[in-house]
Amino acid sequence: MDAAVTVTDLVVHRGARRVLHEVGCTVPPGRVTGLLGPSGSGKSTLMRAIVGVQQVRSGTVTVLGRPAGSAELRSRVGYVTQAPSVYADLTVRENARYFAALYGRGATEADAAIADVGLADAAGQLVQDLSGGQRGRASLACALVGEPELLVLDEPTVGLDPVLRVELWDRFHALAAAGTTLIVSSHVMDEAARCDRLLLLREGRLLSDSTPAELRSHTGSDDLEAAFLTLVRENEEVGASGQGREHRSEERARSGAPRGSEQVSRA
Amino acid sequence: MTAALSPTLTTATAGRVLRQLRHDHRTVAMLLVLPSALLGLLYLVWSDVPVAPGQPSTFDRVGLTMLGIFPFVVMFLVTSIAMLRERTSGTLERLLTTPLSRPDLLLGYGAAFGLAAAVQALVTVTVATTLYDLDVAGPLALVVLIAVVDAVLGVALGLLASAFARSEFQAVQFMPVVVLPQFFLCGLLVPREQLPGWLQAVSDVLPLTYAVEALQEVGASTEATGTMWVDVGVVAGAALLALGLAAATLRRRTN
Repeated sequence: MDAAVTVTDLVVHRGARRVLHEVGCTVPPGRVTGLLGPSGSGKSTLMRAIVGVQQVRSGTVTVLGRPAGSAELRSRVGYVTQAPSVYADLTVRENARYFAALYGRGATEADAAIADVGLADAAGQLVQDLSGGQRGRASLACALVGEPELLVLDEPTVGLDPVLRVELWDRFHALAAAGTTLIVSSHVMDEAARCDRLLLLREGRLLSDSTPAELRSHTGSDDLEAAFLTLVRENEEVGASGQGREHRSEERARSGAPRGSEQVSRA
Repeated sequence: MTAALSPTLTTATAGRVLRQLRHDHRTVAMLLVLPSALLGLLYLVWSDVPVAPGQPSTFDRVGLTMLGIFPFVVMFLVTSIAMLRERTSGTLERLLTTPLSRPDLLLGYGAAFGLAAAVQALVTVTVATTLYDLDVAGPLALVVLIAVVDAVLGVALGLLASAFARSEFQAVQFMPVVVLPQFFLCGLLVPREQLPGWLQAVSDVLPLTYAVEALQEVGASTEATGTMWVDVGVVAGAALLALGLAAATLRRRTN
């Protein structure tokens, strides 16, 4: 099956800084793809490029067979930013109904989306009176309401209690089973295990494009956090010795542990 | 590249902006009451000044003009802050990933605040002509119409100005930049014929000049004059131009 998203040699600059370095990856359709990496690694920038709101220096992003940001994609791609982007001075229901109208949907779909994120009881409340986690879910409902083919979610589970987090991940998998493609970013490695596919990003470079199982077997570690650490160290050593990053460095004995562990602890 | 206009999406956006307004009771109250209260203060300022026989009172002249200036100023401020909030809260970026086109968004704002201005003008005109005995020769409906067109001009310039503001502090300071020169040169403080020639030329290209002239026409003639309709057309054209420029400054892709 064709990839839902294909990113080729993507380079993004913000100001004078290069935040994505020739990133290339594919996202399979009907699956949950996790985009993982510490904060500042370029996850949000990559997501913005996929939904077509990021200025790009070079490279291409193809989404559902079209160039990212094409007018035709706007009804087929849903995007939830990291900070809840809903109107704080409207109720949950008013927000959902407005976004429903933008996607050509009605009040029924809006109410269903609110129920899907577990906010049915708070539907009449102003968003500004909700907790942070509830606001995030209201924001999610406003994307679900359009029933998009591709759903791009930037850290949707931050600040949620563990029960809700599990519920949301179940919902993501239910959506994927129904054919929706999801890209979900997170900086929490225990969420990596819930993804069908993993993109590991660090300092604007793609460290790995694999499945959780492949990552475990490649690094010989059951724990994904430790696996990520191993990948980071491999990469650090290559960088430190001045070699090209293409070189695999398992054979290198010198350890970059102090610097590596300090940086991963931010993850 | 601009997507086609959709009346449905424009209406949905106008409805959303009005619902936001409705939840903000204090703002609604201020929108409705403040112009009338300020006009009352102006009425009192001139209440003891003798009027030369056969001359219109100063309050009739200034008060009528204010009916056009209040909605312009208020809607400029409200809109530039509202749009800045769309930018900083991330809702603008999100809207730009939906099928909503940029003209739909801006026209939605124009329609919502234009409607709010119509209600405001109805209240203010009613209070001014009954409580403060404001004398208007022409139909009051025309005064309301001009007030609404002025408000839409304020909305359009507010949307445009918000593109150049990075913070609320900056947005608020665009108000004197955009409003005060137009106010000084519109012919209210000094008749335009008495301005230095180059200032007259500047005044000729400022839309508020035409808004004030239109109101003066309604104040002096019992029926709508050709000059008044041309003036209204100029103000509406300036509003459309500003909306077009504002749409051009809304970038879908940002850094």
